[in-house]
Amino acid sequence: MATAIKTDILSSLLQFPENPSFSALREKAKAFALEKGLPGIKEEEYKFTAIQRKLEKSITNFSTAQPTDLKADDIQNALPSEYTGDYLVFNNGTVDFELSKLSKQGYEISLLSSSQPSLLGEIAKIKKDVFAAINTASFKDGIYIKVKKNQKVEQPVFLLFFNQAKAGQVIPARVLIEVEENAEASFLENSISLDDQPYFFNQVVEVKAAKNSNSYYSRLQNESKQSLAVSNFESDIYRDAVFTSTVISLSGDMARNNLSLNLLDSGVVGNMYGLYLLNGKTHVDNHTNVDHTMPHSDSNELYKGILADGSRGVFNGKIFVRQDAQKTNAFQQNNNILLSEDATINTKPQLEIWADDVKCSHGCTTGQLDEEALFYLQTRGLGKDQAKGMLLFAFAGEILEHITDESFKNQVTELVKERLGSNI
Amino acid sequence: MLTIKNLHASIEGTPILRGINLEIKAGEVHAIMGPNGSGKSTLASVLAGREEYEVTEGEVIFKGKNLLDLAPEDRAREGVFLAFQYPVEIPGVSSTNFLRTAVNQVREYRGLEPLDAVKFLSTMKEKMKLVEMDQKLLSRSLNEGFSGGEKKRNEIFQMAMLEPTLSILDETDSGLDIDALKIVSNGVNKLKSPETASIVVTHYQRLLDYIIPDFVHVLYNGRIVKSGSKDLALELEEKGYDWIKEEVDTASV
Ligand SMILES: Nc1ncnc2c1ncn2[C@@H]1O[C@H](COP(=O)(O)OP(=O)(O)OP(=O)(O)O)[C@@H](O)[C@H]1O
Ligand SMILES: [Mg+2]
Repeated sequence: MATAIKTDILSSLLQFPENPSFSALREKAKAFALEKGLPGIKEEEYKFTAIQRKLEKSITNFSTAQPTDLKADDIQNALPSEYTGDYLVFNNGTVDFELSKLSKQGYEISLLSSSQPSLLGEIAKIKKDVFAAINTASFKDGIYIKVKKNQKVEQPVFLLFFNQAKAGQVIPARVLIEVEENAEASFLENSISLDDQPYFFNQVVEVKAAKNSNSYYSRLQNESKQSLAVSNFESDIYRDAVFTSTVISLSGDMARNNLSLNLLDSGVVGNMYGLYLLNGKTHVDNHTNVDHTMPHSDSNELYKGILADGSRGVFNGKIFVRQDAQKTNAFQQNNNILLSEDATINTKPQLEIWADDVKCSHGCTTGQLDEEALFYLQTRGLGKDQAKGMLLFAFAGEILEHITDESFKNQVTELVKERLGSNI
Repeated sequence: MLTIKNLHASIEGTPILRGINLEIKAGEVHAIMGPNGSGKSTLASVLAGREEYEVTEGEVIFKGKNLLDLAPEDRAREGVFLAFQYPVEIPGVSSTNFLRTAVNQVREYRGLEPLDAVKFLSTMKEKMKLVEMDQKLLSRSLNEGFSGGEKKRNEIFQMAMLEPTLSILDETDSGLDIDALKIVSNGVNKLKSPETASIVVTHYQRLLDYIIPDFVHVLYNGRIVKSGSKDLALELEEKGYDWIKEEVDTASV
């Protein structure tokens, strides 16, 4: 009986939209997903993150959500107050050009169904993760952004994902970004729950960072306490290109972030920064993966977490250095502060190194707030909560420094300060 | 100003302070000396409100209030300042931000208007001169990577900013070269007034050449076993602690 329900869930998740584009790709994705099934906790990659059980429990209507009633105010409220750049609105995964602001200076933007880029699915391959396959089979339409050769896009493009489950509770969203040679661009993302009904947000973002390009992708996850989210973010990075990802997770029921950087040539720099501030029963799982394939490339990774109440964090950092990737520099660090005895962190570096001449360092720490420092601040007249907030912000602030857009940095900093001021 | 009566304190069940009695009046400077491990820092920490120490007996009255009932931050706001023997390094906390928050918290408690950015800066500049504090240090994280001497100067600088009525200096002289020692003592002396008092914990007479104590106490095994005038410090410098230890140990047999 139980299996029957599971199969039902999977096949409902795999429904094709009407008049689908990319049908061949979708067929392949569906076949793979059906063969593979949803990940149970026996599945090594998901052993701490029982997303399947969550789906069974929270989601009652396994059909794709229709666009909801979205107002201009919702958009203004979601944007940073001094924000002047472009923004792209997704309404339950469907692009709404009318509510978006797109200068298209230095970049082109189109619906996946109209441009039909052959690159789709070439970076985030369906076999990597079953949710990437499910997304590929089921996404209604998506967006293709191409930053043109030699263009330096001054203002960021802000991707706003508004989620509100109504008729259906499954929200797939699909983005493909191509940053061409010598181009420079920055993308921001915020996913926003419009109410606190449960939904399942299943997102795939693919980025091709061509030769000598420079791109940033900074992301805020501050969804409702009922939301379930899986994201597969994958980037192919070519010669001398720099790619920087920053992921700030503040709220949700359960979120799984798969982040993969493929360093496909020499001279590449791949940066991954993350911060998770978790309270209540929030569960956030960051699975990152950096693949060094060629000599002389660098990766830097720093994830930090503060966990309160009965929250749970998972950090899994895979570093893969292939035989050809001599002179690799790979740095990875994960630091955590637990504020409660009921909070849990599972942190694991996973190194596979096949080259012999590499510099690779990794480390993780888990501790409590420094009592010495707390006392020191108190003896200067700071209240205990204020002193705690100050110390926690000192810990978290290092990550926020990597958000390059000032207005977005301020928005996130305010949210983080507010949370830390009340000690999460 | 401060009355300590029969104060007993222990840590993790081990008694460290075993009956301290001390009376400090406004305008006075009290030096506390004593061998390593005798409980000097413990006394300082207990007065500042460190939670790890459990007070098992006795009381401490500060300006008519029961000090032991107050949280550490409220003791600071009431005017108790502890210059740490080992100031804590706090990466990521900007010195200036921290100080401004501290100063304004203390001011609020004392019913004063908060200092605005301009006023704060000018006060800071003025107090920095007092201990010849390098501006560059304040643009860094609190005490992070400071040398021993720089940390001690920063303690006195913070003291100057917070304007306490009772300052407890725990070995502020250790790790200072002679020039720094002069600067720091000079700072302390300038902050001295008929309304304030200090407890100066030290091992060395040389500090007491600059900060002249009204009383010198010897702490040994968690008790004040001898008190005297500033001459006692000179005597200790010359003869060490053995004679006092002998006196105490004989008496207790
Ligand atoms: N956390 C602790 N756990 C157990 N014992 C402690 C702890 N902290 C201090 N002590 C003990 O308490 C005693 C008093 O220590 P304290 O630091 O007060 O001495 P002190 O007089 O300041 O010494 P010094 O001159 O070396 O600074 C010492 O024997 C010390 O080992
Ligand atoms: Mg000491």
